[in-house]
Amino acid sequence: MTPEANRADVLIIGGGLMGAATAFFLRRHGLSAILIERDLVGQAATNASFGNIRRQGRFLPQLPLANRSRALWGQLGALLGEDAEFLASGHIRVAFEEAEAAKLEAYAAQARPYGLELEMIRGPAMRERFPFLSPAALMVSHSPQDGHANPRLAAPAFARAARRAGARVVERAPVLGITRDGVDFVVETRGAGSFRAPVVQVSAGAWGRAFARELGEDVPLTARSPQMGVTEPMPYRIPPVMGLASSRPGEGVYLRQVKRGNIVFGGGRRCPADLEGQRALLDPANTLRQLPFLAQLLPPMARLRVIRTWSGVEGYIGDDLPVMGASARLPGLFYAFGFCGHGFQLGPGVGASMADLIATGDAGVPLEPFSIARFAGGFPAAMAEGAHLE
Amino acid sequence: MAVIVVGAGPAGTRAAARLVEAGLRPILLDEGSRQGGQIYRRQPENFTRPPAALYGSEAGKATALHRDFAALRPHIDYRPETLAWGARPGELLTLHGETATALRYDALILATGATDRVMPVPGWTLPGAYTLGAAQIALKAQACAIGRRPVFFGTGPLLYLVAWQYRKAGVEVAAVLDTSPFAARLRALPLLAARPGVLLAGLRYTAALLRAGVRVESGITPLAVEGEGGRVAAFRWRDRRGREQALATDAVGMGYGLRSETQLADLLKCRFAFDPVARQWLPELDAEGRSSVPGVYLAGDGALVRGADAAELAGRLAACALLRDAGHPVDPLETAHLRAGLRGMARFRRGLETAFPWPGAQAAALPDATIICRCEAVTAGDIRHAAAALDAPEVNRAKQLMRPGMGRCQGRVCGLAAAEVLAAARGVPVRAAGRLRGAAPVKPLPVATRMPEETP
Ligand SMILES: Cc1cc2nc3c(=O)[nH]c(=O)nc-3n(C[C@H](O)[C@H](O)[C@H](O)COP(=O)(O)OP(=O)(O)OC[C@H]3O[C@@H](n4cnc5c(N)ncnc54)[C@H](O)[C@@H]3O)c2cc1C
Ligand SMILES: Cc1cc2nc3c(=O)[nH]c(=O)nc-3n(C[C@H](O)[C@H](O)[C@H](O)COP(=O)(O)OP(=O)(O)OC[C@H]3O[C@@H](n4cnc5c(N)ncnc54)[C@H](O)[C@@H]3O)c2cc1C
Repeated sequence: MTPEANRADVLIIGGGLMGAATAFFLRRHGLSAILIERDLVGQAATNASFGNIRRQGRFLPQLPLANRSRALWGQLGALLGEDAEFLASGHIRVAFEEAEAAKLEAYAAQARPYGLELEMIRGPAMRERFPFLSPAALMVSHSPQDGHANPRLAAPAFARAARRAGARVVERAPVLGITRDGVDFVVETRGAGSFRAPVVQVSAGAWGRAFARELGEDVPLTARSPQMGVTEPMPYRIPPVMGLASSRPGEGVYLRQVKRGNIVFGGGRRCPADLEGQRALLDPANTLRQLPFLAQLLPPMARLRVIRTWSGVEGYIGDDLPVMGASARLPGLFYAFGFCGHGFQLGPGVGASMADLIATGDAGVPLEPFSIARFAGGFPAAMAEGAHLE
Repeated sequence: MAVIVVGAGPAGTRAAARLVEAGLRPILLDEGSRQGGQIYRRQPENFTRPPAALYGSEAGKATALHRDFAALRPHIDYRPETLAWGARPGELLTLHGETATALRYDALILATGATDRVMPVPGWTLPGAYTLGAAQIALKAQACAIGRRPVFFGTGPLLYLVAWQYRKAGVEVAAVLDTSPFAARLRALPLLAARPGVLLAGLRYTAALLRAGVRVESGITPLAVEGEGGRVAAFRWRDRRGREQALATDAVGMGYGLRSETQLADLLKCRFAFDPVARQWLPELDAEGRSSVPGVYLAGDGALVRGADAAELAGRLAACALLRDAGHPVDPLETAHLRAGLRGMARFRRGLETAFPWPGAQAAALPDATIICRCEAVTAGDIRHAAAALDAPEVNRAKQLMRPGMGRCQGRVCGLAAAEVLAAARGVPVRAAGRLRGAAPVKPLPVATRMPEETP
C-alpha cells in the first residue's frame, strides 16, 4: 500500500531545473505534486550549466518557448523571492569571417517574426559599444534582452519555492521504475518507498531515455559532458555573454563575466559521459584546446589564469531538439528531458508550459516539434550514437 | 615502462631512487625549482647559509638527501618547475612556464606532500597573519621574518619548531600559544615514545623557548587577530582558565598541523575514506601505498601525514610495490623492513594527533562574521545559512550555494574548517559533511598555456 503522503496529482521524476520548475508551476494550478530526485535537487546537468540565458541561434520554432522562459527569468525575484543572479546584460555572437557574419544576418531576419530582435553591429559602432572585443572581430549579433544567471542557484530556488507552496520534494531517492496500476502510475524508489499518481512527468535529464524506453518509447539520446571552466577574477567590465560564431568543430567557445569578476567559459568538444556511474567525464586536454579560442574572442583573457574546470552529464537527442509533451502511448505520462545543451535558458518556460499542459491540456506555446511521437517509427542507429555531435 | 613520480621531497626522491636501483628511468617532477620538498627546502642559488643553520637538527638528513639526489640526477628525467595540474587515465598533464605537456605513464607515484591545516579565527586574513608554514618558508627560503615581535598560535610540533627557529634567528617571539591542553600531551606520551629522538627534540624546542623567556601557554582558545590601519596589531585569546588575554603584535603565525595534498589522487578517481584520527578524507591505501586505482601509488605526507622520516620509508615502499606489481623481483625482506619502520611512525602519528588535536569544535563557536573561505570571502554565517535555510547537507552543496571553496585554492585552505562549520550547524559528525571534490587545474593554469604537441 502506498501511504497517503506518497500520493499526489502529479509525480515528477528528476529534480533538475525542469522538474523543480514544473513542481513550482503545478502548485500555481493548485495541483498537488511530489518531486522525486535521486540525489540533491539541481545537482546534475543544471548545476554544471554555463548559465547562458541565450535565445539567439535557437531552432526557430523553439523561440515561443524561449521567449516565455526569458520573460519568466525576468520575474524570478517576484516568483521565487530570489533571482538566481539573473542579469539581462545582453548576448553577443562575434563573427570573425564574412561567411559567419552572413549566417548571423540570415538568422536575425528569420528570428524577427518570432519577436526576437537582434542588432547586427560592425566597425566603429561595434568597437565603441564593446571596447573589449578583439581587433580582428568583424561583426556582432547582439541580443540585448538575453543574459546569464547562476545555474547552481536556479533549481534549488525553484524547489524551495515549490515546497513553500505545498509541493513535496523528496531527495536522495533514486527512482527504480515506473509501472501502471489501473489509472495510476506507481513509482518505486530506493530508500523512500513507493509513490502513486495518475500523472507522471519524466524529467530525468540524460537519464530520461532509460525511462522512456521502459515505457515503450525509445528516443535517440546520447549523453555527453560539455566542458566548462572559470578564471580568477578581473575587474568587472564585460556585461554581455559572448560567443564565438564558428562552424568549425571545437571553435565555438563562449564566455561570460560574473559581477564578482571571474570569467566563466565553455564550448568546444564534449567528452563522453558515464550514465551508469552518473559521472561526467572531463578531459583536461580539452581545456587546453579551448584556451586559444577564448583568447581570440576576448584578448584580455590571455593574462588570466583558469582556476577550475567542470562538466555535467547532458542528454543530446539525435535531431538536437528536446523531448517534451505528452506520451504518445500512455495517457497521464509526460516527458521533458534531453535538452541538448540548451535547457538552462528554457527551464522556467518548460516548467510553466508543462504545468499548463498537465493542468489544462494546453501548454500555451507550441510543443509539437518536440513530441516524442516523432520517434515512434524508430530512428537510425547512428542517430542514437551522437553522430550529429562529432 | 613509463613511471612518473610527482613531488621531489623526501618521499618522491626515495621512490625515484628505488626505481633507478631496479633499472628504471622515472620522470621526477616538482613544481618547485629545487629538489628537497617542504622540509629540506633549499635556499635560492645565491644564498649560502650552511645546512646546520637552515635545517637545524635535521641538517644531516637534509645533506644526505641532497647528496643522494645529486647522485640520482643523471639516472632520472628530472623536471623542476613542472606542475602536475590535471590527469586522465594513463596520462598526466603538466605545466612548465606556459607550456603544457601530456605525459603518458604506466605507473604513477604521487608524493605531493602536505600544507598547513588552518582553523580560521576573526582577523586571520589581515596582512601580517601567516600560516606557520609560510612563516617558516619566509625564514628558510628568504631569510626574513614575518614580523618584529610575532605571536605564534595553533597547535602541533611545527608551532614550537617555527617559534624556536625564529628565536634562534634573533627574532623576539611575543608568545607561543597552543590550543591543545597540556594534559593531551601527557596522554599521548606512550604513543610518542615510539620515536624518542623526535619526542626529545620537540621537548628541547619548548624548553629553549621557555629559557629564552618566551611566553608559552597551552589550552588556549583563539579569539581574534586584531587589526589597526589594515594590519595585524594584536592577538586576543582566552587562556586555559577562561580569562581573556591580549598582546600587541605586528604579525601572527598560525597552524594546526598539516593536511595532505590529495587533489591528483582525486582527479585520478582514487577512492577516499574518512580518517577519524586526522578528521580528514584521505585516499584509501594498502600498507604499501597502493591506491584503489591500479598503477597509482601514494607516499609521504601527501598520503598520510607522518613526517619526513616516514616519507622516505613510504617513498621507497611505494616504489617496491610498484616494481613488484610490474613483475620486477623485490626482496620481501626489504618491504617487511620498510613496513616495520612505518609501523612505529604510525604510532607516533597517532600520538601527535592525540597531543595536538585539530580543534574542530572551535568552528562551532566562530562568530558569524568570521571569514572562512578567503578566496571568495565566505563567512561562517554564510555556511550556516547554507546548512540551515538552504538545507545543504554536505560541503559540495554548500559550495554550490554559498561558494566556500569556489576560489583559486579550491578549498585547500578552508575546506576542512568549512566542513566543521557545516557539520556543527547541522549537528552531524564531520564525516557526514563530506569532502570538497577536486577539479583540474590543481593550481591556476594561465589562459596563455599552449600544448605544442601531444607527447607520445
Ligand atoms: C556543462 C553544461 C553546460 C550547459 N550550459 C548551458 C547554457 O549555458 N545554457 C543553457 O540553456 N543550457 C545549458 N546546458 C544545458 C542545461 O544545463 C540542461 O539542458 C538543463 O539543465 C537540463 O535540465 P534537466 O532538469 O532536464 O536535467 P538535469 O539537471 O540533469 O536534471 C535531471 C535530474 O534527474 C535526476 N534523475 C535521473 N535519474 C533519476 C532517477 N532514476 N530517479 C530520480 N531522479 C533521477 C538527476 O539526478 C537529475 O537531478 C548545459 C549543460 C551542461 C552539462
Ligand atoms: C610548511 C611546512 C613546514 C614543515 N616544516 C617541517 C620542519 O621544519 N621539520 C619537520 O620535521 N617537518 C616539517 N614539515 C613536515 C615535512 O615537510 C614533511 O613531513 C616532509 O617534507 C614530507 O615529505 P614528502 O616528500 O611527503 O612531501 P614534501 O616534502 O612536502 O614534498 C612534496 C613535493 O611535491 C611537490 N608537489 C606537490 N604537488 C605537486 C604538483 N601537483 N605538481 C608538481 N609538484 C607537486 C611540492 O612542490 C613538494 O616539493 C613541514 C611541512 C610543511 C608543509
